[in-house]
Amino acid sequence: MGKKALLVLEDGSVYEGFSFGAETTTYGEVVFDTAMAGYQEMLTDPSFAGQIVVPTYPLIGNYGINDSDVESKQIQVRGFVVREYCTTPSHWQNMRNLHNYLVASGIPGLSGIDTRALTRRLRSAGVMMGILTSEMTTDEALKELKESPPYGAMDFIKEVSTNEPYHWELPPNQWQSPHRIVVLDMGLKYNIVRILKQLGCDITIVPATTTSEDILNQNPDGILLSPGPGDPALLGYITKTVKQLIGKKPIMGICLGHQLIAHALGARTFKLKFGHRGGNHPVRDLATGRIHITTQNHGYAVDAGSLNGGLKVSHINSNDNTVEGLRHKDLPILSIQYHSEGAPGPQDNIYLFHRFLEMIKESRN
Amino acid sequence: MPKISKVLVIGSGPIIIGQAAEFDYAGTQACKSLREEGVTTVLVNSNPATIMTDQDIADIVYIEPLTANVVERIIEREHPDGLLPTLGGQTGLNLAVELADAGILDKYQVRMLGTPLETIKKAEERSLFKQLILDMGEPLPESVTVNFVEEAKNFAQKIGLPLIVRPSYTLGGTGGGICHTMEELEKVVDSGLSASLSHQVLVEKCLLGWKEIEYEVMRDAANNCITICNMENLDPMGIHTGDSIVVAPSQTLTDKEYQMLRSASLKIIRALGIEGGCNIQFALTPSTTVARKWAPDQLNVKSSQYYVIEVNPRVSRSSALASKATGYPIARIAAKIAIGKRLDEIPNRVTGKTTAAFEPALDYCVVKIPRWPFDKFASGDRSLGSQMKATGEVMAIDRCFEAALQKAVRSLEFGKKSLLWEDRDWGKSGNPYAYPLHPNDLRLWAVTAALRRGLSCEQLAQRTGIDPWFIHKLLNIVQMEKRLLSEVLTPDLLKEAKRLGFSDEQIGTLADRLPEQVRQLRQNWNLRPVYKMVDTCAAEFDAETPYFYRTYERENEAGPLAEPKAIVIGSGPIRIGQGIEFDYCSVHSGWALQEAGYHSIMVNSNPETVSTDFDTSNRLYFEALDEESLRDILENEGLLPQGIHITPPSIVQFGGQTAINLAGPLSNAGMSIIGSSIDAIDMAEDRRRFEDFLNKLGIPQPPGAGVTSLHEAMSVAKFLGYPVLVRPSYVLGGRAMEIVHNEEELVRYISQALEMDTKHPTLIDKYFEGKEVEVDAVCDGKDVLIPGVMEHIERAGVHSGDSITVYPAINLTSAEVETIVDYTIRIGLALQVKGLMNVQMVIMHHQQENTSSVYILEVNPRASRTIPFISKITGVPMVKLATKTMLGISIKTQGYTTGLWKRQKLIGIKAPVFSMSKLAGVDTYLGPEMKSTGEVMGIDYTYEAALAKALMAAGLMLPPHGGLLFSIADKDKAEAMSVIKGFDTLGYKLFATEGTAAAIEAHGMKVQMIGKKLGKGHPNVIDIINDGSVNGVINTVTGGRVSLQDGFDIRRTATERRIPCFTSLDTARAAWKALANGKQILNVRPLPEYLNKPD
Repeated sequence: MGKKALLVLEDGSVYEGFSFGAETTTYGEVVFDTAMAGYQEMLTDPSFAGQIVVPTYPLIGNYGINDSDVESKQIQVRGFVVREYCTTPSHWQNMRNLHNYLVASGIPGLSGIDTRALTRRLRSAGVMMGILTSEMTTDEALKELKESPPYGAMDFIKEVSTNEPYHWELPPNQWQSPHRIVVLDMGLKYNIVRILKQLGCDITIVPATTTSEDILNQNPDGILLSPGPGDPALLGYITKTVKQLIGKKPIMGICLGHQLIAHALGARTFKLKFGHRGGNHPVRDLATGRIHITTQNHGYAVDAGSLNGGLKVSHINSNDNTVEGLRHKDLPILSIQYHSEGAPGPQDNIYLFHRFLEMIKESRN
Repeated sequence: MPKISKVLVIGSGPIIIGQAAEFDYAGTQACKSLREEGVTTVLVNSNPATIMTDQDIADIVYIEPLTANVVERIIEREHPDGLLPTLGGQTGLNLAVELADAGILDKYQVRMLGTPLETIKKAEERSLFKQLILDMGEPLPESVTVNFVEEAKNFAQKIGLPLIVRPSYTLGGTGGGICHTMEELEKVVDSGLSASLSHQVLVEKCLLGWKEIEYEVMRDAANNCITICNMENLDPMGIHTGDSIVVAPSQTLTDKEYQMLRSASLKIIRALGIEGGCNIQFALTPSTTVARKWAPDQLNVKSSQYYVIEVNPRVSRSSALASKATGYPIARIAAKIAIGKRLDEIPNRVTGKTTAAFEPALDYCVVKIPRWPFDKFASGDRSLGSQMKATGEVMAIDRCFEAALQKAVRSLEFGKKSLLWEDRDWGKSGNPYAYPLHPNDLRLWAVTAALRRGLSCEQLAQRTGIDPWFIHKLLNIVQMEKRLLSEVLTPDLLKEAKRLGFSDEQIGTLADRLPEQVRQLRQNWNLRPVYKMVDTCAAEFDAETPYFYRTYERENEAGPLAEPKAIVIGSGPIRIGQGIEFDYCSVHSGWALQEAGYHSIMVNSNPETVSTDFDTSNRLYFEALDEESLRDILENEGLLPQGIHITPPSIVQFGGQTAINLAGPLSNAGMSIIGSSIDAIDMAEDRRRFEDFLNKLGIPQPPGAGVTSLHEAMSVAKFLGYPVLVRPSYVLGGRAMEIVHNEEELVRYISQALEMDTKHPTLIDKYFEGKEVEVDAVCDGKDVLIPGVMEHIERAGVHSGDSITVYPAINLTSAEVETIVDYTIRIGLALQVKGLMNVQMVIMHHQQENTSSVYILEVNPRASRTIPFISKITGVPMVKLATKTMLGISIKTQGYTTGLWKRQKLIGIKAPVFSMSKLAGVDTYLGPEMKSTGEVMGIDYTYEAALAKALMAAGLMLPPHGGLLFSIADKDKAEAMSVIKGFDTLGYKLFATEGTAAAIEAHGMKVQMIGKKLGKGHPNVIDIINDGSVNGVINTVTGGRVSLQDGFDIRRTATERRIPCFTSLDTARAAWKALANGKQILNVRPLPEYLNKPD
């Protein structure tokens, strides 16, 4: 067992456990995720940038770490808090254990705490900032917390977006005339492009700061606005780009991408008390009445009352009725708050990528 | 869809291996759920020991045999719009198919709800199933469906061995098996063909060693699909999932694998068109370590491979487990979906905010362990394979696997068998590889022991096929054992041990302390367990469910419930001798508490039952039923804000021996028990005290004594005269009870008994082969109410649980009944029983004087297995009366009085049901040790009709004509002739073994003599059973182990061929009577009509 370590929350509550991963100090917004499998995808999901993630499932690391379950080029969480991590994982794909994986990236972990108590705290008081440390005392940590900027004041896009455009290789000669898609990377999850590739798309991924002109100059068939971390209200510079893209090309927005479409068309977003993070959230498609089980990872949501500019609610969360999807009365826009790419989570919503491609086909004709 | 307003629900009938209490849970939930929607429910089931057959669960209840004919008559009378067959297990589905095929559903315009008929057929008929799955593009292991043994052999030559054989249309995989050799293949295919209703078996590629994963899926008519839960079998492919240790959720699957199988599950349920629940089993690429030995073709895969193994298009044992593991009530939701509700229209009562359209998230680990009957059947084949052998199961919940596993092991109630247990013989060889590491009921202990002896996780994973993850967890437990043995017990070490699920007793054993001292240390160091909620959503929403488990964490979510309150201690896993009857009693006790204004708290470890439904009680603690966990729960409930402890009282009368055994420890710990005093319990169980007690009352019992040495035993037996009945004290279900005919047998028995248990005496009684009767009574200290007197068809010597029981006692004289009532009242008052009491008696007829004497065999101041039967058949709510009595509400206040309740105009007959065809190597003869797993009830206005129904429901009814084989012990020959004559008169063809045939001929009947000795010419007894010449067997034995061997093959063959085999002349006579009067019309009526028959 590692040395003693603490998680200290803004409100003064303290969870004492044992350090694993890197023995260091980190701070971030503390959030919980209810997915029961897929911790490697969770760790590498750029939407978790700036956050200390608490899986509610208590046994983490069972099947180890492999080289195919990564969702970005590195671990993105600031810290990882678990009830128990597995030092002796078992799986034919396993290459190393969770502890070593975190150590290699300098990310601290905390184990042995009552993660359910912590989850209940976050649920009732709302998410808050916290420090995970094996070096500081509680008082030091609290003092540090007071001096640190809140999550909502930080722009994490530069941390997670690619610096240079790059091309996602499509196997040669497999497709006659692939759809050419530009992905605006605000914290892209690889599974989005893996799926698009399987569907025969030729994909270019561009930095979040790419101008609309540069994107349109590539003359793509469609544009995908990726998920990503942070408060969308801070991202006026990307909203501006999105505004200029709307109506020019078919657009699919996922999560942050969806929120920016809303912002671009004049709607507002607000912060949820403790967010939606997990792989079991039911979403109702208002057009069909059907329920879809979805992967979600967001702390902000679109305010339905603020919608104008032709946007309509297309999907809602059937637990709390928040907006989960938008459509536009005239324009080719497909916008969802949840993660149709799963990873981790259900594959039930891959049909939305098909729908995006159909939208592209229609607008070609 | 047109509105459904009346639905017929088919129950699953008696408890047998492969079909247990889970269907009472499912059926009860479904009926309640349908009634909530305003649907009139009609229920039919032959099993009286179920909550679902209570008057207030369904609107109209039929307790009748589950045959197509009976159900047709119910349909004719009730005209339901829909038939819901998916909650009655395989019995329900098979019956529904029969009704549909016979055109009965069409004739009465009854719609099949839940699962389409085509789907039922496709899922069960292997060749159709194969095509269906292949059409979906889902992978299946290579296989072939055969009707003949030759076809199977040809297939084996093509793809090689090992192969697995699965018959169509059976329960719990009856008749299947894994074959490593051609000879095995021949044998297994042959028996599978005869077990299958459609005379077909599937022979397929053997996936031994692959991971076995299950998904519970739901779909509504709008095509919304969700998975409730997935589960990973600790035991890899090759062991029936009912016999596997199962973990929820899966532990060793990546998210990609999890989602791959989840997507396949949704695809399958959609293609099947099921509206409701469905269970799908998969085989998945194993870990590298395991694959090296078991699946070399999986060593170089690029992505995990899977096969679809099985689809159950209905609610199943696994769905009961999944419901309890997640808090999501599958049967309840499935019933609503079946009448057209959509998932998102059904509120989730656990959260109160969300709907049924979501997937549960778990924040704990669940472990299920099967409960096998080998403590009862020492001679049974303990190896496990595709044939299920467990009678029940336990489940445990905790925050880590080690703790959940250890808790589940303790919940099994195998004596004191914690994970520390090792068989004494294992150590002798010094080679841990010689431990029973092959699939068998002791493998978990063997693997743990092998780790203690230094085998590595990799070695064991490879040997067993169990994923190394699980074995590493066992190693964590073993390493903690070593630390507890060698290190100083500090607060940190103790805390770690508790978090890994070690009991105070285990810690005490290892750290050289008494359990009570460990408990004291915990108190001193403030190491108390907390209780966490099973809320379906991993705390994401504020839930109100009263469903908790114990763990060592920081935050307690279960503050004490408001007063007044009481705890009902449940009965744990279903096992032979302690069946669903006790769950029935526990549930009713909880309800009676509520009716009396109390908060009821249930503690139990059995996931299959109604008692562990989260809305049965005001609060449910899903926990092991041992002293430590009960005391912790009571302390938690007793914790008042001021820091004062006032623990609520416990009720121990309804949970069988499990609960009664806790009376002493709880009482010693200063915790109150309501109902009969500890002294009364002890008085009834302590042979010497009980003898004194009866002597003082002047009530006779068969002479006998408790002995603690061989010498003592021999002198007592000599004094009494053989035969004598010997048994250990403090047991349930007549365990290890025997009738002993001579000194030699006595020496063998006593020596064994002394080896096993020296603390408690062995009881020796004079054995009276008289008429056995029993009564249940409820007492409040002043009044003793006896709802009825029951007589057994079989004479004393056959365990009461295996006897056919008749109410009312039609063969007793009024003087005998008066004596029985008098004794019962006097015993109840003198013992100061508060609550229930069961008295078993034997009546000896003295022919010369034409008088009789009643002797007391046993008094048990607790609920007996006849309580549901007698309550239903007389309308006296025994458990409710008893529970309220314990709360101080007198019998008079409740509207009853002392004495025998009015005799009903009906006849009710309870018949035992056995699962012998699933337990190879177990002898089926009836004796003082209980062997049955379940029961059925036949009711009608006449004895013969009720008997015919009971036998029909129990599968003991002989066909109206055919052949019968007799092999009768010398002592019974004279008596047997009248029975044989009876069958002869009915026109049966008689076959008999040598001596018996001679006797039959001497009585002027025609008989064919058949050789008894195998290997000495054909046809022998086995041949004529196997070739179908014989439709029933009557075989009595003299007792004693040697002569038992004699008829063993006859009895086993009959059992495997599923033809009735009677080992008591009394049962055979009853079967004849039922037949002789078989032409009469049997009634089919709801229970209250029988009870309220006009004069």
